[in-house]
Amino acid sequence: MAFSFPAFSYIIALIIDAFLIFFSIFHVIAFDELKTDYKNPIDQCNSLNPIVLPEYLLHLFINILFLLSGEWFSLIINLPLIVYHIYRYRNRPVMSGPGLYDPTSIMNADVLTVCQREGWIKLAFYLLSFFLYLYGMIVVLIAV
Amino acid sequence: MSRGFCVSLRRPNSGIQVMSNVPPYNSSSGPPNAPLGPYAFNQGPPSQFAGHIKQDANSNNPTNAPAFNNQANHYNQSANSSPAFNHPIAPPTLQAMQPPRTSYKQIPNQSPIGNLQNIPLSSASPNSLYNTNNLSYPVNQTRQINDNAPPLIASSQYQPINGPPMAIRPPVSQFQPAASFPPPQPQFPPGPMTSQSNQLPNQIVGPPRSNAMVPPINPPLCGPSIASSMGLPTSNVNGPSLPGPPSFPMSRPNEPPRNQMRGPPSLPMGPMQARPQNQPMSLDPQSQQTGFIGHTNNLSGPQSLPMPGQMGQQAMPPMGPPKNSMQSRYPQMPPSNIQRPPTQGMPPQAPQGMYPPMQNQVPGLTQQMGQLSVTQQGFDQLWGHEMVDLLQCKHILPEYPEEPAEIRLGPQFSDAPNCSPEIFRSTINKIPDTNSLLQKSRLPLGILIHPFKDLNHLPVIQCTTIVRCRACRTYINPFVYFIDAKRWKCNLCYRVNDLPEEFQYDPVSKSYGDPTRRPEIKSATIEFIAPSEYMLRPPQPAVYLFLLDVSQIARDSGYLQVVCENIKENLEQLPGDARTQIGFICYDAHIHYYLISDGLTRPKEMTVLDIDEIFLPSPESLLVNLGEHREMIRELLTLIPRRHSLPGVPASALGAALQAAYKLMAPTGGRITVFQTCLPNIGPGALQSREDPNARSSKDVAHLNPATDFYKRLALDCSGAQIAVDLFLLSSQYCDLATLSGMSKFSAGTVYHIPVFNASRSWQAAQLRNMLTRYLTRKIGFEAVMRVRCTRGIAIHTFHGNFFVRSTDLLSLPNVSPDAGFGMQLTIEESLSDLQQVCFQAALLYTSSKGERRIRVHTMALPIATTLTDVLHAADQQCIVGLLSKMAVDRCVTASMSEAKEALINVAIDVLSAHKLSQNLPAGPASSSLHAPLPLRLLPMYLLALLKTKALRTGTSTRLDERVAAMCDLKCHPLAQLIRLVYPDLYPIHSLAQHVHKEDEELVPDPPRLQLTSERINLNGAYLLDDGEIMIVYICNSVSPAFLSETFGVTAFSQLPDEATTLPRLENEGSAMLHSFIDKLNDDRPYPSNVLVLRDNSPSRTRFTERLVEDRLESAFSYYEFLQHVKSQVK
Repeated sequence: MAFSFPAFSYIIALIIDAFLIFFSIFHVIAFDELKTDYKNPIDQCNSLNPIVLPEYLLHLFINILFLLSGEWFSLIINLPLIVYHIYRYRNRPVMSGPGLYDPTSIMNADVLTVCQREGWIKLAFYLLSFFLYLYGMIVVLIAV
Repeated sequence: MSRGFCVSLRRPNSGIQVMSNVPPYNSSSGPPNAPLGPYAFNQGPPSQFAGHIKQDANSNNPTNAPAFNNQANHYNQSANSSPAFNHPIAPPTLQAMQPPRTSYKQIPNQSPIGNLQNIPLSSASPNSLYNTNNLSYPVNQTRQINDNAPPLIASSQYQPINGPPMAIRPPVSQFQPAASFPPPQPQFPPGPMTSQSNQLPNQIVGPPRSNAMVPPINPPLCGPSIASSMGLPTSNVNGPSLPGPPSFPMSRPNEPPRNQMRGPPSLPMGPMQARPQNQPMSLDPQSQQTGFIGHTNNLSGPQSLPMPGQMGQQAMPPMGPPKNSMQSRYPQMPPSNIQRPPTQGMPPQAPQGMYPPMQNQVPGLTQQMGQLSVTQQGFDQLWGHEMVDLLQCKHILPEYPEEPAEIRLGPQFSDAPNCSPEIFRSTINKIPDTNSLLQKSRLPLGILIHPFKDLNHLPVIQCTTIVRCRACRTYINPFVYFIDAKRWKCNLCYRVNDLPEEFQYDPVSKSYGDPTRRPEIKSATIEFIAPSEYMLRPPQPAVYLFLLDVSQIARDSGYLQVVCENIKENLEQLPGDARTQIGFICYDAHIHYYLISDGLTRPKEMTVLDIDEIFLPSPESLLVNLGEHREMIRELLTLIPRRHSLPGVPASALGAALQAAYKLMAPTGGRITVFQTCLPNIGPGALQSREDPNARSSKDVAHLNPATDFYKRLALDCSGAQIAVDLFLLSSQYCDLATLSGMSKFSAGTVYHIPVFNASRSWQAAQLRNMLTRYLTRKIGFEAVMRVRCTRGIAIHTFHGNFFVRSTDLLSLPNVSPDAGFGMQLTIEESLSDLQQVCFQAALLYTSSKGERRIRVHTMALPIATTLTDVLHAADQQCIVGLLSKMAVDRCVTASMSEAKEALINVAIDVLSAHKLSQNLPAGPASSSLHAPLPLRLLPMYLLALLKTKALRTGTSTRLDERVAAMCDLKCHPLAQLIRLVYPDLYPIHSLAQHVHKEDEELVPDPPRLQLTSERINLNGAYLLDDGEIMIVYICNSVSPAFLSETFGVTAFSQLPDEATTLPRLENEGSAMLHSFIDKLNDDRPYPSNVLVLRDNSPSRTRFTERLVEDRLESAFSYYEFLQHVKSQVK
């Protein structure tokens, strides 16, 4: 049993991943509310936009840890999502503040479904990776 | 009466009272009679029932169809369990209920005809009985009502199955096609004939054919003879008279007798249902093939015909003249044996071999099918399922604009008033029943709406309660179903609602009674004066704020003088009441406020230097009451142009001025009018020039997206505060309209653009004056919202226009103007096949300028299409182009212009491919023709014209601002204007006197439209091209001197100026005629268009020639090339 840097990065990843799961749950709920007319798109965008960048950064941070600790498998699993995040943010609508969502275009049915699907897929991904990190942590910890 | 009848059934115990309404039936005795009702029903005058039946049929919710299935059982059940059900209501009811049952049972034993006649009846009876039972269970009501309905419809569908006898039954009036059903033999030929003659011009084709085939044999005779040969019971005779194969077309649902056609599949009855489907299957390969094809295309029927060996022999000769006409339309159609079999060959051959088992079981069905096949081709013609070979047809544009196709609803609503096509229009006049069908047709599905259009006749209603559906909040409308006098069923969500007492009161005749007499039911467009529940705050006053750019460029352009004078002239006409407020703010590098108050003798200017931190000095005297300070406002309007006449600062702080305006208006809401002449370059919202003048004609256009979201955010704030921002862009240089237009787009404003404006050019000043006069004096609605509701199963996908989308179906419109149009793309989320129609309701809630809260409601109902051919032939090409133009603009912004243009071309290709598929035309490039359905024949031309509009053209030098302004126009013009913009009208004016028609004793010139190609331009002609913005008069050099002297007062062509902006008014007939023609054209647009006169050798003649969109322009297809391109791509 050895407490090494990889073990440390897995532990941190576990904790951060829990946050990410919460973010994506929030995301899914928010878009569901939009779809069912519970909320005004302006308010909803105001609450969604501030958490976009933190989510991306947290995710990036985990991967930097993996990179440093040489956990290549976990890193490769996460790479596509990083690329997607960068792509998504580069193609965001013109806006002055941080964030992705524009209240004038978000009610478009296409945008709405894409965002909702994105939320679900991310939720699933974070959940799966949570178990992966758990497994990875145990493997690292019990490795001699 | 019929309604009263219902009531009596429902409440047996109170029946006596109610029944007094129903003298004929019930007069003998109360309760016991009730159950007999249905029976009596049949015998009664059919006309009376018709209404009743219709109604119930409406209320039918096909989803409940299963109820029908059990019809008999159901009935028994209710009877059996009646004790439980009926408990409180007293024994009489119970007994009353039983008799009908017995009678029902007995009926089958009676003579077949009578028997069958009763079927509809029986279907009605279970309902009523069921209701009786349920009286004690109000909870079930809705369900029960649904249950009721199905039997009725089903019964109608049922009838066909019982073929012959049914036909005898007094024709169920609601089903037109029913008439074409196999009536008993003697009537056979006449039946179809008459039915067709009612509807269509060419009816001869179907039935006559059979006649033609067997001239000597009397139609009635042929029936029986066949029958005998087939050894079928006589009652079936009709059926066989129609040959087997022809009957397949039956499977094609788009037959006119829609209801029937759809009937079989939807029939709840197990065995019945199975048959129609099975039959084709069980037939020989030939039939199978047809059946199969039938799903995808209608031609299947005839097509399959050639297969059997007989084909060759029969060949052409037998075909009568009518047939030829058909063939010309469907060239691939082989000479069909359809005609033959009925008369001669048929019986011994195929049909007998394969059918017998089937036929015995379902005699009626085959008859029905056969009958349909005969009439089908006739219907094809009658229904306008015609096509046009685009490559052959050169003069494709109708000379006079065509009326949009009439919407034909199902029989129940055939005379219900539908919304005017000018207000509400759908790209497809029959909604495809499933999404896959829509995808197959490749047409865009959407609606265009012009909700606040100026109307001459608008019923306005003031009542204490506005009747709306409790579930979906739909307003009551002409397409709801009345279940009885007290309840109605929503046509959007199918919930059953109570009808308030007062709704039965007819304000016109001042009596109680039939709710259908109410104006809400009689008009699809109606306005309510809303009670106080519809207000979140007291109705706002009319508030107008003008933001005037006074920077150096603005002063140079001289627009201030024009605008201020115009406002002064129209001060009295500004819509509003005693509370109307008005204010002015000028801005250059600073913000200039003008204070007006009782304490001041003349307006006082205050200049705020700090444009980064906006504040308002004494807000209460910046926006002032118009009535109280009229004189001082007039003075101010005289002062402003004078005050800013000296050279000023070359800077414009538009952003800061807008923020100030927002602060000033936020408490009340209202309208901000911005006059901008240059790029805002300092303060918040400052922009930089992005246009590269060298790239004006480049292939791909950049910078269509906003550079900053400042104006958009501001617009959203304004929208929240019920403020709309209208922008008049009178630029002389690049102003980045792509960014600035955000302020109007999201606050429901309008963008007006006059490029390179200078007031010293009189025509531009005149244009601005015309625009402004209309703008200032037109109707206006404040703090408006518009909600568009659709029948369940259809959802709005995207909105187009200027507004902010607040939720999935709610548009927030701080101001609504009569010149604003909107578009909506729709998606079909659930199958609609069990519905009879789809409804759309747009409700616009607004505060009028008089401070009244009003709701304007438009309702449109559309039938449903189940086949591809039906869908394609119900398309509305103008509306499609309208919607596509909006979609293309969106695509330009989100993707790129080249992608948008490609998408437009693909629409033409896809639609024509779909048509090819539907008609099963020969595939591949082998064929030399390009067929389009008649209603879509102009689509390729419109699309080509759209590709060449200012908004979407590439290759021709176009200023970015002009392009963006054209895009804004495409997004928010109402359809009529938009089509004119895309495909301008071209009229010959050298021969006006030849095309006149009388109107109120006056001669009105009415020349035919010409296609936009130089082929139609004669050297000795003069033409007027009208695109809604400008009318270009184009004079060719060999025009007759008489025309020149009449119109222009010159004797020779060379004396005409290169370019003129007025037409002289001369004292002669020709000139008067031309002016009256121009006035007539100007009638139907918001403000009169400018006139521009060009010679065919003027340097600027390209302004005319570039609008000849069917010609080849640099790097753009000509119409013929475009068609060739499309043809090569069509699969």
